[in-house]
Amino acid sequence: MTIRHQSAFDTLSAYSKRNLWSGALFGIGLAAFIDEAVFHQLLHWHHFYDKSTTDIGLISDGLFHAFSWFATIGGLFMLADLRRRNVYWGMKWWAGKLIGGGSFQLYDGTIQHKLMRIHQIRYVDNVIVYDLIWNVIAVIMIVVGLILVARARKHTYARKAVSHDHE
Amino acid sequence: MSLVQESILMQERPFHMIMNSLMSHDEHIPSKGMYDHDITSIIPQIILALPFVVVLVLYIFAVAANNRRHNRWPSIRTAYWVTGCLLAIGSVIGPLVEQGIVDFRAHMVGHLLLGMLAPLLIALAAPLTLLLRSLSVPLARRLTALLKSRLAQWLTHPSIAALLNIGGLWYLYTTNLYILMHEHTVLHIFIHAHVFIAGYLFTVSIIYIDPMSHRTSYFTRAIILIVALAAHGILSKIIYAFPPTGVPADQAERGGMLMYYGGDLIDILLIFILCLQWYRAARPRLNKKAKEFSHP
Repeated sequence: MTIRHQSAFDTLSAYSKRNLWSGALFGIGLAAFIDEAVFHQLLHWHHFYDKSTTDIGLISDGLFHAFSWFATIGGLFMLADLRRRNVYWGMKWWAGKLIGGGSFQLYDGTIQHKLMRIHQIRYVDNVIVYDLIWNVIAVIMIVVGLILVARARKHTYARKAVSHDHE
Repeated sequence: MSLVQESILMQERPFHMIMNSLMSHDEHIPSKGMYDHDITSIIPQIILALPFVVVLVLYIFAVAANNRRHNRWPSIRTAYWVTGCLLAIGSVIGPLVEQGIVDFRAHMVGHLLLGMLAPLLIALAAPLTLLLRSLSVPLARRLTALLKSRLAQWLTHPSIAALLNIGGLWYLYTTNLYILMHEHTVLHIFIHAHVFIAGYLFTVSIIYIDPMSHRTSYFTRAIILIVALAAHGILSKIIYAFPPTGVPADQAERGGMLMYYGGDLIDILLIFILCLQWYRAARPRLNKKAKEFSHP
């Protein structure tokens, strides 16, 4: 009984990183998808091409756009793989999702919008307000994600203690 | 040699003449004496469409013969094949070609069909598997040897295939090759054949439907697919911002967006199939499964 617990715990921690990665990939993909669907297509706030875009901005945007499609689909297939192996770990997955999504949004909101000038969030006078809200939300997502990782780690130690108790 | 000469000639021709020959098909005919052929005449269209018609019919005969001798050939593959061939035929003959000369958007629709969607459907139809089944054993062996040859390995390596595919497009839309293509029949035929063949090679280098003797890892193929999709997207934005010679700005903008989002749609299918193949290949094996499924 104890041995079974121990080995189950080992498998779970072996897949702990993969839970985080699957979540992170899906998070990046989802953030990029919302960006495309809501801000480009529905609201028409973002522009397809801004004349001030730098060359590196064009490349960065192209790579992230392509990667985000792969991340969405690949992240979900990884999730399906975790579930069929019965090693899905919600807390780790959501932590990854928030960190991935938040990081992409922060990169998009600072480096891509401001430094590489691919396009602005919205073409209005007080764009700084939009930038602030955009980036603050991104930071909150990252922080909550990191807190979840820390909690998951605590959880791991608790489990380890429990399985040691059984021995 | 002659290509170089002609490109020099191109530059010497007044720009409005190039524009005129592009804007209207009717005005193109009087100036015909200047070029050897008219690309919308029946001959080049037949040269491009005939191979697809022939293989479309051959495939159906092969399926019928196969079903008499072996297990039933999946009907979905026949459906992929017929749709793929019809789309390819539709993009090299008829109204889309005529419209494509005067309207960049129509040209782009044709490009998406011929270079991306038709190759994907044709690859999904597993034509080589059917061919190997239909040939006699010695011939099938010879074909297998050909598929294992160094050249085949090269051409179906994802990085080479991606370079042929996206590099070719890059060359077409950022130099004056695009406008030359409308003037010279041989160039027109060559480029259209290239678009399809490069599209097919790229598709089969990323997703494995037919037997493939030399496989690359899922990771490598994923990275190359992402880079190729990115290059495709970047090129569409470049077309949007800097129209190819002879293309009006509004058509370039529409065409660029069509290429961007159309390319996305078809590449999403490629990504999905690649991930699905990984998901199936990575299924837990029985001995491992017993261990993994035991946790409380």
